[in-house]
Amino acid sequence: MRKVAIAGIGFTKIGEPWERNIKELFAEAALNAMKDSTCNEIDQLYVANMMGAHLQGQIGMGAMMAEAIGRPGIPAVRIEAGQASGGVAFNEGVKAVASGFSDWVLVGGVEKMSDLLPEAVTTALTYAEDQEYTAYTGVTKIGLSAILHRLYSHEYGVTPDEIGWFAVRSHDNAVGVSHAQYPFKLSIERVMTSPMEADPIRMMECAAVADGAAAVILGPADSVANGIEVAASSVATDHLSLASRKHPLTLEAVKKAAAKAYEIAKVNPKDIDVLEVNDDTTIDGVLSLEDLGFAEKGKGAKFVTQGYTTRTGEIPTNNFGGLKARGNPIGATGLYQIAETVIQLRGKAGANQVPNAKIGMAQSMAGVGSTCSVAILRRV
Amino acid sequence: MKTLIRVGISGYGAYVPMYRLKAAEVNRMWSTSGEPVEEKAVVALDEDTVTIAVECARQAVRRSGVDPAKIGAVYVGTESKPYAVKPSGTIVAEAIGATPSVSTADYEFACKAGTEAMQACIGFVGSGMQKYAMGIGADTAQGKPADALEYTAACGGAAYLFGPADEGVAELEASYSFVTDTPDFWRRPKEMYPRHGNRFTGEPAYFKHITSAGKALLAETGYKPTDFKWAVFHQPNAKFPINVAKMLGFGMDQINPGLVSPVVGNTYAGSSPLGLAATLDIAEPGDRIFMVSYGSGSGSDAFVWKVRESIKHRRGGPKVKSYIDRKRYVDYATYLRHRGQIIV
Repeated sequence: MRKVAIAGIGFTKIGEPWERNIKELFAEAALNAMKDSTCNEIDQLYVANMMGAHLQGQIGMGAMMAEAIGRPGIPAVRIEAGQASGGVAFNEGVKAVASGFSDWVLVGGVEKMSDLLPEAVTTALTYAEDQEYTAYTGVTKIGLSAILHRLYSHEYGVTPDEIGWFAVRSHDNAVGVSHAQYPFKLSIERVMTSPMEADPIRMMECAAVADGAAAVILGPADSVANGIEVAASSVATDHLSLASRKHPLTLEAVKKAAAKAYEIAKVNPKDIDVLEVNDDTTIDGVLSLEDLGFAEKGKGAKFVTQGYTTRTGEIPTNNFGGLKARGNPIGATGLYQIAETVIQLRGKAGANQVPNAKIGMAQSMAGVGSTCSVAILRRV
Repeated sequence: MKTLIRVGISGYGAYVPMYRLKAAEVNRMWSTSGEPVEEKAVVALDEDTVTIAVECARQAVRRSGVDPAKIGAVYVGTESKPYAVKPSGTIVAEAIGATPSVSTADYEFACKAGTEAMQACIGFVGSGMQKYAMGIGADTAQGKPADALEYTAACGGAAYLFGPADEGVAELEASYSFVTDTPDFWRRPKEMYPRHGNRFTGEPAYFKHITSAGKALLAETGYKPTDFKWAVFHQPNAKFPINVAKMLGFGMDQINPGLVSPVVGNTYAGSSPLGLAATLDIAEPGDRIFMVSYGSGSGSDAFVWKVRESIKHRRGGPKVKSYIDRKRYVDYATYLRHRGQIIV
């Protein structure tokens, strides 16, 4: 298998671009990545998107986006893996280059949610759950996270505001980030007095509806000058239903994907300099930190509260604001995480730079952990 | 836009019903939180858009001293007319004694129907077709139970009798209208409640249209925000008018007297006209007032008014503030009864 490198990255500012459609957003991110890479050849296109079929009534996004980036005719396909679509599409792109099947692969993700009413978006997000067993009850994604939140507090004696700190930390890192949806600080008081979203999770603990697109260009490592090497990319899955899992507070897909990635990259959690995790809600972030191996089970919230995940902490996490503050345009999110990790490893993160970052990890997740992707990137 | 003949406000009147529903009461009902306004005005059992319009119109006529028979047009802007077919304007015109030599109609343009009616009157008087014309914005706005609009959709209105500038309490210096097809809020025939595009009602709708209309009128007149003593913007909640004022360069001191939404709610077609009435209640001769309405669908009317000397002795009777202070709270169930929302 060939070594794979990231030759270029690009993305749009996350927000509510009312006058732009998914093609325009995707093209902006993809063309930015092409400019960044000075790569003009694309052999294969992967489009990560979760909800376009429902929110835009659009499938066939492979061909559509190939045309949008000015490359009609190339092989192109949409990858859907729930909220992990971006990370899983990245994994497909890595496989294509590593196997020698393609040389230059563009992996782009896009999601446009703001045009629809909140109930339509919530419904579409719940499509990632088992319709016959879970979603039909009317529970939402955040409702499922709320179940885990309650159980976590009960099992480990953690207070809601200790979990709420995850949002505060994410916002601290978004200050001054030009592509972030909410580039401002958020106090723990503001988080804990915000309206209840799904008891005990409050509105300011949840990533918001967002539009955006992000893209990376992958190529053979020996053909990419100054590239960032993909040290590992892995994907794992778990039972969709929380009730079918051995222990709901252990995200097996996260554990499996992480273990595989550490094995491939021949590193362990202590070697990771910068980390991007899924904090769709605060509890998702806490559980991810634990199951990726950065905090002991039951101690993730305190780990965050005590400052271990800040820029100067033990494992600088969500260094541009994470899903909560940078934003969570679902299908694109995994690729934002990878692009941001690349920025850190290039040493180009400006005020957000973690000094001497050499190895970075990005984790994306569908629902409450039914699919998880983990990528480890390395500066060579 | 400027008129051929200088136009002024000969008289103005306002009305806010007595009953109030607190946002906290809506929260109690639905176990929700957040208060886009403190409370909103609710009609009595025997009030509707027409009775509100008549109250406002009578006060405007009284203050102007104009013989109502000389009023050549009565236009009512509303999105809650009591009849789907049959003009509210005819009832109001008859009630104030303006019939039969009069043109009347109802205007519909969501929350800017009132200022649209005012623009039409300005055209009537400004072209010399009639000496006096009455433009009214009045509503008993509908908010679907548990919808975000339930906190704010309120009842009230204001009326403006337009006539020759030299007789007026304020002169119109210029106006401007800005319209695009932006479907942010609508109600289909036979539907009880309007629907809306949630956050789409903000930036691409309310803020875009008010700032576009406001900037265009400032450019046309050459005025800066500092040239105005007061400013009034459409008030769908407490936050939006404050934010849009900032965006256009106006301060809290300028908008405070006309900012009635926190305690009245959004009176829709009556909203910015009511804010203007509250501002005229305290304005001094020579003060310049900047005003921009907003109606979903979408559009904004912008006006520059200059207050004249005669304001001092032509604002007798109840002020907007006295209507606001005169209040009686209702609980949620009584509110539903007053709004005819209990179907039996």
